[in-house]
Amino acid sequence: MAEPVSVAAEYLAGSRARAARTVLGQVVLPGEELLLPEQEDAEGPGGAGERPLSLNAGARSRVRVVCGPGLRRCGDRLLVTKCGRLRHKEPGSGCGGGVYWVDSQQKRYVPVKGDHVIGIVTAKSGDIFKVDVGGSEPASLSYLSFEGATKRNRPNVQVGDLIYGQFVVANKDMEPEMVCIDSCGRANGMGVIGQDGLLFKVTLGLIRKLLAPDCEIIQEVGKLYPLEIVFGMNGRIWVKAKTIQQTLILANILEACEHMTSDQRKQIFSRLAES
Amino acid sequence: MVTQSVRSARGRAEVIIAATRGVGAMEEEMHTDAKIRAEIGTGCSPRGPGCSLRHFACEQNLLSRPDGSASFLQGDTSVLAGVYGPAEVKVSKEIFNKATLEVILRPKIGLPGVAEKSRERLIRNTCEAVVLGTLHPRTSITVVLQVVSDAGSLLACCLNAACMALVDAGVPMRALFCGVTCALDSDGTLVLDPTSKQEKEARAVLTFALDSVERKLLMSSTKGLYSDSELQQCLAAAQAASQHVFRFYRESLQRRYSKS
Repeated sequence: MAEPVSVAAEYLAGSRARAARTVLGQVVLPGEELLLPEQEDAEGPGGAGERPLSLNAGARSRVRVVCGPGLRRCGDRLLVTKCGRLRHKEPGSGCGGGVYWVDSQQKRYVPVKGDHVIGIVTAKSGDIFKVDVGGSEPASLSYLSFEGATKRNRPNVQVGDLIYGQFVVANKDMEPEMVCIDSCGRANGMGVIGQDGLLFKVTLGLIRKLLAPDCEIIQEVGKLYPLEIVFGMNGRIWVKAKTIQQTLILANILEACEHMTSDQRKQIFSRLAES
Repeated sequence: MVTQSVRSARGRAEVIIAATRGVGAMEEEMHTDAKIRAEIGTGCSPRGPGCSLRHFACEQNLLSRPDGSASFLQGDTSVLAGVYGPAEVKVSKEIFNKATLEVILRPKIGLPGVAEKSRERLIRNTCEAVVLGTLHPRTSITVVLQVVSDAGSLLACCLNAACMALVDAGVPMRALFCGVTCALDSDGTLVLDPTSKQEKEARAVLTFALDSVERKLLMSSTKGLYSDSELQQCLAAAQAASQHVFRFYRESLQRRYSKS
């Protein structure tokens, strides 16, 4: 029975928590535990027995690390809950340990406060619209949350309209609420999305890629045809071009560019630009 | 998605992985090391037919409607899994502080019966132990499993497919889990991942679900006659075999994310 013992030992050795720094950019699986930088020093080669006595014992300086999507705090460590690549962002102003998160590929959206999303109005009950945002519950949108809306001057919103808004309340315990104005009371691009155009669904990872600064895909698409485009963080994109055919071509390109390499994309764009 | 099937000399189908859509055939060489030898147990002769796990293959994100989907093959047994969630739940079924997990298992032929219901319950209990339902209260997470072909170790294959589909859907989990089946035949020989012929001739068939963090036992389903020490031996063998399954999960997921 020596083989299973050695196999078990090799496994247990591998399941020891690894330092978060060493795993950056690698694929992490649910169940892995990651050590934060300050803990590695305590568990490093120095060890408890050789650490010099500090005068103010117990006041170990803690670095404030933000735990992003895909990670949970468990004791002093980070527990990975989703599969994906581990990423880290240094803090801008210098204090704190930055943000760690897991970049995972997902199709289902979970409402997050502050996210801008495209919703479809499904019901109108009294003063509130029920808007389907692709999550587990429809979000509620008050008729007063539009720019220039008053009790007498109601916005013109019908069932089936597309709305671009942001969440003001979105947590696991409450029904999500969205508004179409920002904190100053201005619409800032939010509100009812106009006539025509096409709404289609993509994965959340593609939306994040397209909304990253300096995304080449959007610049190339813009050079192709004049278009209007709205991205919702819930995986929905609304596109409108001059003709229906151009709109459909743009929709197909955006859906397909998740799986294409940049060379294939450039080929397709050059072919379309010629025709 | 790219899948190729090659008939080996013994007539078992070897299906090659395509973990993401549009991936080429370079994965073939990665799967030759998926076949494992675990020679454990009393009386297992070196020339015995089955002390090894069969070939694995897994494909993710193959269905367009569900939020996550996976197809898992173990030898000739194949199960397709789809996960929807966290989604809306009926008020009668909602739980105020955690997600409602539902498992639906459809057999290859005929209507689902009592055996499917009991397997659904076993898979649901395993998933509930692992999925972080408290992050999504008053929602439902539905796992739908379809048996494509059954050639032994069906429950273990269903568990593996369900785990891969839950990972694909991005449902938060505290660990991964896998299923391993052992069969004990009349002279006490232990066979891992038995075929349906071996299961019929065995005096006991034991299926274990193990988690990935500390190889703890999440679920066990056994049928037949066995002694206490044989149970411990089977559990130890399953724990050793699960290491290979988890390594396979890791390779498969790394390949999927290496594309982006």
